[in-house]
Amino acid sequence: MDRYSVFVPRLITSKEYFAPGHRACIGCGEALAVRHVCKALGKDVIIANATGCMEIVSSALPTTTWRVPWIHSLFENTAAVASGIESGLKVLQRKGRGPDKKVTVVAMGGDGSTCDIGLQALSGAMERGHNFIYVCFDNEAYMNTGIQRSSATPFGATTSTSPAGKKGIGQVTWKKNMPAIAAAHAIPYVATACPSYPFDLFEKVKRAKEIEGPAYIHVFSVCPTGWRSAPELSVKLGRLAVETGVFPLYEIVHGEYKLSMDCSPLRPLVEYTKVQGRFRHLTEDVVQQIQERVVKNYADLQKKASG
Amino acid sequence: MSKRVGMEASFAIAEAAKLAETEVVAAYPITPQTHIVERLSEIVADGELDAEFICVESEHSAMSACIGSSAVGARTFTATAGQGLELMHEVLYVAASSRLPIVMAVANRALSGPLNVWGDHSDVMATRDCGWIQYFTENAQEAFDLTLCAFKIAEAPEVLFPLMVHLDGFHVSHVVEPLYLLEKEEIAGFIPPLRYPFPLDPRKPVTMGAFAPPVLYTESKKALEVALRSTKETILRVWKEFGDAFGRYYNPVESYRAEDADTLLLAIGSFTETATVAIDTLRDRGEKVGLIRLRLWRPFPFDEVRAALRSAQQVIIFDRAISLGGPGGPLCSEIKSALYQEPKKPKIVSFIGGLGGRDITPQQFEQMFARCRELIDKKIDVEYETIGVRE
Repeated sequence: MDRYSVFVPRLITSKEYFAPGHRACIGCGEALAVRHVCKALGKDVIIANATGCMEIVSSALPTTTWRVPWIHSLFENTAAVASGIESGLKVLQRKGRGPDKKVTVVAMGGDGSTCDIGLQALSGAMERGHNFIYVCFDNEAYMNTGIQRSSATPFGATTSTSPAGKKGIGQVTWKKNMPAIAAAHAIPYVATACPSYPFDLFEKVKRAKEIEGPAYIHVFSVCPTGWRSAPELSVKLGRLAVETGVFPLYEIVHGEYKLSMDCSPLRPLVEYTKVQGRFRHLTEDVVQQIQERVVKNYADLQKKASG
Repeated sequence: MSKRVGMEASFAIAEAAKLAETEVVAAYPITPQTHIVERLSEIVADGELDAEFICVESEHSAMSACIGSSAVGARTFTATAGQGLELMHEVLYVAASSRLPIVMAVANRALSGPLNVWGDHSDVMATRDCGWIQYFTENAQEAFDLTLCAFKIAEAPEVLFPLMVHLDGFHVSHVVEPLYLLEKEEIAGFIPPLRYPFPLDPRKPVTMGAFAPPVLYTESKKALEVALRSTKETILRVWKEFGDAFGRYYNPVESYRAEDADTLLLAIGSFTETATVAIDTLRDRGEKVGLIRLRLWRPFPFDEVRAALRSAQQVIIFDRAISLGGPGGPLCSEIKSALYQEPKKPKIVSFIGGLGGRDITPQQFEQMFARCRELIDKKIDVEYETIGVRE
């Protein structure tokens, strides 16, 4: 720890752009992720934020957590707002008005606004090739409205609209592969990241910033409130998600897959599921079924990464 | 010098957006608006306008992109119609509450279902309360003039509201008409450069679109309402400046042969031009009839409407929209509520017609006057009547 206190400030700015004092839940993995992403982005940025937890905890009038220019308008339109910001800046700078430096345009949304309601706007913005970064903070359900399932909710998780019951096992669909959907738009940069690996996250945000054209980063964001996990386990749960293969870290650069870290042999899935209330109802059979799927997906990913 | 040309109204609007040096256009094709943005995209492609043209994937994204570009301080224009306006619906409110001076032309169109691409005012009426300045144009000249004025009004520092310029789908949008175009040199200085006071800019970070808890929401809505009402002063000033410079004057409420009329017809949009033919015919027969056109829709010109209708004994209100299960014509409801507290008020007869692109002829306007008299003489009390409907 002592060594970190010497080296970390050289690697990461001590400046905070997502200021303390916001109202995120204790142990919020998403707030941690947003804070890191903002540090990596620096001050020459404009952020468009979708409706969701981050918008609500950070912007109650007349206060704000944001020390960078930030706009929220609606739930499903963030990528479109970012398109307008990018185009507006382009024409203003061409005419010698607006900011005199290069400005990074960033759209942020949760898994609901990204994988569900805002997918069309995101697809449009990626297809049009705007020079912007889209960051999805995936906490695997509609947490802001009270833990309803989204298309990013994992198989077997109980949520308030996919509840486990006498007959149901919770969510019965598999998590939508949003990074693959982003990559299918042939954009130059796609990555997955997790704030439990902050340096990897920084690197990816910086790479996305440097690349010309649309970049998509899918950030795993542990939600103790929605997952019914202990707040102090948030960082550890992020690591477990990566090490069990549930949420592998990788990049897709111009279509080429690259594993950021190879975690094989994978840790058993149960280490990850047993500490979360949302999976507590699962029988061994179902856990085994999910385990097999995780192993297969990971093998597929390794294959793609080995070219 | 102004030159007289024959031009489709949609193209005239595109010319106005070009003359205003629009910087960002975000648009999605929809009949009967498409010619406006097609023409603009040609203008951009030919290098006649230094602008970014964003071909968005929906109208929802069109208005959302407009919010983004306007928020960084770029002059922003779009156009839509009917279903497109409805798809934008929730975004319109945010554009207004964020005080972004976006200019949008709306080629008014019926709403599904059944699907109908032709003109009426159903789309306008559904977006009545979204906090935009809205006014109507009746022909290509007005569409051109008032699109130019729209930028100057919306961007005025004391205004900063988005503005809709309405024109009837097909009946105006697709009609080639003679009009006077203005040259770049002529309008130089008429629209000052946009200086949006609080743009998204890393040099001076701002937070836009913060949420308002119950303790603040009412205040923010009330503030918006007061601000929208107060834009009327600037609207009148800009119209006057335009008139003084170019000789064509516009007013919130305009009249035709209404001076000594006992019966007035009040309508909006291009059908008021048709109605003038009926007014002339009836005047030739010695009937004291006249026409009132409502140009400014939001902020609603209460004083001007009351003054225009004060001396009439009866007023016919013609709506091109229907409030299903409600009081009939939405325009009629507004006029009635504007007059309700007046000590002396005319009798009001409501007609609905021209839905989904159906024509209303001068003869049908004449019939409305005759029917109005009949209803009043026989003391028949109906909420509204539908013109030309087969029952």
